[in-house]
Amino acid sequence: MIRIISILTGLFFTVALLWSLALDSIQLSKDGLPHTAAHAFGEHKLKPLKLASDGAFGKFDKAQLQRGFAVYQNVCSACHSIKQVSYRSLTALGYNEVEVKAIAAAATINAKDPLTGEMKDRPGLPADKFPPVLYAGTGTPPDLSLITKARHGGAAYVYSLLTGYKDSQPAKLVEHFPDAKTPEGMFYNPYFANLNIAMTPPLTADGQVTYSDGTPATVDQMAKDVSAFLVWTAEPELEKRHQTGVWWLGFLLFVTVLAYMSYRNVWAEKKGH
Amino acid sequence: MSFPWAKEYKPSHPFMVWMDEKLPLPRLVYNAVGGGYEVPRNINYLWNFGFLAGLCLVIQIVTGVVLAMHFGGDTRVAFDSTEHIMRDVNWGWMLRYGHANGAAAFFAVIYMHIFRGFYYGSYKAPREMIWLLGVVIFLLMMATAFMGYVLPWGQMSYWAAQVITGLFSAIPLIGDPLKEWLLGGFAPDNATLNRFFSLHFLLPFVILGVVILHVWSLHIPGSSNPTGVEVKTESDTVPFYPYFVAKDGWTIGVFMIVYGMFVFFMPNALGHPDNYIPANPMQTPAHIVPEWYFWPFYAILRSFTQNFLIFDAKLLGVMAMFAAILVWFFLPWLDKSPVRSATYRPLYRKFFWVLVIDVLILGYLGGAPAEQPYVLISQLATMYYFLHFLVIVPIVSSIERPDPLPFSITEAVLGHDRAAASDAQG
Amino acid sequence: MANEAGTDAPAVDGEGVRRRDFINIAAVSAAGVGGVAVVVPLVAQMWPSADVLAESSTEVDIGAIQPGQAIKAVFRKQPVFIRNLKPEEIEAANKVDVATLRDPQTLAERTKEGHENWLITMGVCTHLGCVPLGTGEGESKGEFGGYFCPCHGSHYDTAARIRKGPAPKNLHVPDYEINGTVVKIG
Repeated sequence: MIRIISILTGLFFTVALLWSLALDSIQLSKDGLPHTAAHAFGEHKLKPLKLASDGAFGKFDKAQLQRGFAVYQNVCSACHSIKQVSYRSLTALGYNEVEVKAIAAAATINAKDPLTGEMKDRPGLPADKFPPVLYAGTGTPPDLSLITKARHGGAAYVYSLLTGYKDSQPAKLVEHFPDAKTPEGMFYNPYFANLNIAMTPPLTADGQVTYSDGTPATVDQMAKDVSAFLVWTAEPELEKRHQTGVWWLGFLLFVTVLAYMSYRNVWAEKKGH
Repeated sequence: MSFPWAKEYKPSHPFMVWMDEKLPLPRLVYNAVGGGYEVPRNINYLWNFGFLAGLCLVIQIVTGVVLAMHFGGDTRVAFDSTEHIMRDVNWGWMLRYGHANGAAAFFAVIYMHIFRGFYYGSYKAPREMIWLLGVVIFLLMMATAFMGYVLPWGQMSYWAAQVITGLFSAIPLIGDPLKEWLLGGFAPDNATLNRFFSLHFLLPFVILGVVILHVWSLHIPGSSNPTGVEVKTESDTVPFYPYFVAKDGWTIGVFMIVYGMFVFFMPNALGHPDNYIPANPMQTPAHIVPEWYFWPFYAILRSFTQNFLIFDAKLLGVMAMFAAILVWFFLPWLDKSPVRSATYRPLYRKFFWVLVIDVLILGYLGGAPAEQPYVLISQLATMYYFLHFLVIVPIVSSIERPDPLPFSITEAVLGHDRAAASDAQG
Repeated sequence: MANEAGTDAPAVDGEGVRRRDFINIAAVSAAGVGGVAVVVPLVAQMWPSADVLAESSTEVDIGAIQPGQAIKAVFRKQPVFIRNLKPEEIEAANKVDVATLRDPQTLAERTKEGHENWLITMGVCTHLGCVPLGTGEGESKGEFGGYFCPCHGSHYDTAARIRKGPAPKNLHVPDYEINGTVVKIG
């Protein structure tokens, strides 16, 4: 009985699926496979980016993080916040406490006065987080604290996007996909999901940011550095994670080999014959 | 229960004697995972996944309890408190990555455990109850994992809550009120997050309870084995301690190495980037998918695209998705073959491997965008999935001619079995 | 153990422990070490987190506090009293016979050398943790002109020493240092 019911149920689902399949196939034969501007013209291969933090033994390049921080402070921070990051954690970039205090004090923090309970503006303290950024234009520039974890491709995506602006769209794109024409006030960037991005090209000229360590501030270098910095803002635990992981694996390999030998021992006289 | 030759617990120390009289907990442990539990000597490494699943449950409960000490179950702070754990709490990043990847590890292990059952017929009499409880555990795991995924209140969390509770709205008449009841509102919000946090904390302990029942019912007939032939004599078994403690022990090491590679070196490889964007009820991500362990079921859900008879497409998809798991409950009665192990079932074995490939395809499609040609392929794959359990398994089990079985486990291992042979003669 | 001697000659050390037993013991011990190591993060996660530790010191500008005035500041989520003592308050505090006090301390022991007028104490009554009065304008300073805790009636003198009431100790003096007009507490 149960088998008859089950076979009937199975056939019911099968017929329902065949029905969907048939109607969908007819539709597909009319429409063809989906074809969008992003499919056809988007850059699906990101530009390669090698960072010191890559790989199982990766560590941050502190000088690069400091340069990336300078790019963030001078360029990105006009529109984008990094509100998950605390000033105190900048010591991980190699700044000493006096420098961190000065960086924090340059910011204005709106915080509750603990004695009166009023919201007041005051200079930042190392314990504060980076403040929210009020953006006057249209749109909502995303917070960048986690951006390299929040996008496929991570740092390479950020780097590709920053250096991937094109002056004009391919003529074929506009011809085949008139809807994908870059609207007024937006910019064509094949690395962006729908090809047209509201962000003005942020890094445009060599030397836009002055590096204190003498590294030539080319657009490419600045894009790399800020990508590296954003890896740090997203994963400040990265170095400790890698170190702990190496210990973990090393110790477990040792224990597992011992445990395997012990297993062979225990079973030695049970293996038959 | 145990086999007549199983060793009895005999405490020697006066304290243990005293303890055994008052609370025979050591005796219980001895009989469950100690020298008193006799296990078929021929079980292979696929039998290790049950023990590993138990380990995963412990990892999840321990890391989960400590994470709950730092997490704020409120939509205003959930995302930031998760980042607080990652950045400020001592070892918080390890606990959180360990918990997130621990869920994935748990499902990976449980899928191996389930498919072991499919292949070796572990669900068959006299082990139906073990199987039924196992399916209950799996359903509870799915609910727990889903609610846990909602907690960080990222984009994927929010839209997972929206979509999964939306499944219930497919039910005729009571669907919409049921959805509002589940959410505590018209859309996922603070009430939803709070109740999911509460239930996400509770359900693992319910799972633990059902796991105890699962193991209890396992100890009545004892473990199955790759031949599917029941234990006959003492030479068929070895005690759990030390033999399987040693075997499970070193595979725990292997498991921990693989798990550690994810936690420490690619902690986000299995997650979706969009969940690092705070929840935004006004904007759906371009491509919403659940975590990988739900992909096969998600593909089944999405493969019903057209209304059929009186059923609309949405209801069909939801019915099929739940049916995909519910059919497992009936498996012991759908598969009437007296032979358990696929090793001796040439026809079933072929269909088993087709099922494996089919589920892998469904898994791939569940992670792909809902567009052609993926939808067509998932319709075919879903069709095979149901045909396998509901049509092929019952029919194959009636018409198949199994290969000859070994006389006993000992014979399968050693090639001869003097004790069993003399038993048979006597 | 069922092996005949010779097929797998057991290596025997001085104590007579066989090599294969040694491996089992080593494996179990190593697993035990791993188990203990795993407990470390589970315990350590309960220590104060980095954001809490970041607030473990507070800097306060005391340049504007006139003699006789006091302010409340926040130190580790608790009030701290900073008082600029008047000469007569210092005199009153020094006149007290220390031996008669419940918690014998001189004013000099409770202030920094060269800054005897700066009395910096936690604003947490040592009885049961209420915040004593006496910093604000017009608040009761108690019978001894220092602080008064209204919860259970503890009176503190001008050196914030307990003089009357149930509190067992003087108001606690936190670690601090004074640099010019800035005091760094903690």
